[in-house]
Amino acid sequence: MTDLSHTFAAAADKPLLQVKSLTKRYGARIGCADISFDVYPGEVLGIVGESGSGKSTLLSCLAGHMRPDQGEVIFETATGPRDTVQMGEAERRRLARTDWAYVHQNPRDGLRMGVSAGGNVGERLMAIGARHYGGIRDKAIDWLGRVEIDAGRVDDRPSAFSGGMQQRLQIARNLVTAPRLVFMDEPTGGLDVSVQARLLDLLRGLVREMGLSAIIVTHDLAVVRLLADRLMVMKGGHVVEAGLTDQVLDDPQHEYTQLLVSSVLQV
Amino acid sequence: MIEIENLCKSFTLHNQNAAVIPVMAGANLAVARGECVGLIGASGAGKSTLMRMVWGNYLAASGSIYVGNVDVVTASPRQIIALRRDTLGYVSQFLRVVPRVPTLDVVAEPLLNLGVPADTARARAAELLARLNIPQRLWELSPTTFSGGEQQRVNIARGFAHPFPALLLDEPTASLDAANREVVLGLIEEAKARGAAILGIFHDEGARDRVCDRLIDVRAFTPKAAA
Repeated sequence: MTDLSHTFAAAADKPLLQVKSLTKRYGARIGCADISFDVYPGEVLGIVGESGSGKSTLLSCLAGHMRPDQGEVIFETATGPRDTVQMGEAERRRLARTDWAYVHQNPRDGLRMGVSAGGNVGERLMAIGARHYGGIRDKAIDWLGRVEIDAGRVDDRPSAFSGGMQQRLQIARNLVTAPRLVFMDEPTGGLDVSVQARLLDLLRGLVREMGLSAIIVTHDLAVVRLLADRLMVMKGGHVVEAGLTDQVLDDPQHEYTQLLVSSVLQV
Repeated sequence: MIEIENLCKSFTLHNQNAAVIPVMAGANLAVARGECVGLIGASGAGKSTLMRMVWGNYLAASGSIYVGNVDVVTASPRQIIALRRDTLGYVSQFLRVVPRVPTLDVVAEPLLNLGVPADTARARAAELLARLNIPQRLWELSPTTFSGGEQQRVNIARGFAHPFPALLLDEPTASLDAANREVVLGLIEEAKARGAAILGIFHDEGARDRVCDRLIDVRAFTPKAAA
């Protein structure tokens, strides 16, 4: 793991993801408009804004769940930079199984509720070609441990888990294949504050140890303060302010960001 | 190590009729390696504002702030993140941590971020916590439940875990008893001896006299129109 940190430090001068002039309209309405930014290896980017600001639309376009009307989403694949918008469906699905991960706000959207916890984690491994049952099971148990789910629960179905455990299981399922980029849509939404804290700590440790990059969409400014290196603030489909997380929160420049920050009890 | 030239700052409050409040103009100062410079001036004069601009969480309107060879005023967020990881440390007055993370890990984190092996980082964290008289039985607990003085000491341990070449200290001895104050002053003296450039705010005059080589009154940087 320590060697890994050196390799990504060396590669860190090249963006992992480059988004250029991305636009998505819903008829006459704007989903998100003219969004451009880069994400570097090992970096966590937070996207905040109220509901309807376009942050989820943006995330869906980035992850290939939705096709943008304009713009490029260039991902640094193993064989060089590729525009994932222009990519064929099969190839994009392959990326989604290997280099990318998507953590849904509702764990039920990201888990198979009828399959055991171990099966949920193992399935991602099998999707990239793992076939040895014992190996898959061992790796699944290892990952359940990392997200603090007792190995004794490996054969239980997620429907028997609490919301916080389901969310941790979803994270294990997503990270088991060592993706390079994780998309997260309100990963701590709907969880108890104490469970949220544990999840935040877990995510921070994983980012540090695995050198992964993450794009986190949330409306919780306290979450981004602790997790994100950089922050983008969205309103009405546009990015109104972007910068270093604590700079945007402590010295917001845009009118909307000032309102957003001053409306929170304490961040 | 830290060089500030012609630094200006104003706040624009969009939600109060876009009022523009100039808070600093023409600030100049330099801190050499092994030197500790204290900022003085009444509350509200701009000591913390100046420190935050050096840290990069306040944007300067114009001027430059070199920390090593990085100009914080024009640096990209990624450059500032890298600067904070290896070069610039900050002991703020408030401890801001992920809840439920053990104190030992909170203190070790700056080292882990630099790729120091976990055992080494935790050993260094333990050494600092012991020196700052945080009882060992508290090390596995989150500091969020600690008293003000204990949190302050955890914050100091975290700030001194990595030997940063440049350090910002915001009232490091506030809310400490005499014995712990002595430990913190010792840490500051050691940091100076190894060549760290330190910019600090000390309301504690005894501490200020002991560790500061020079004092700078920030009222000299107050914009003339507002004075």
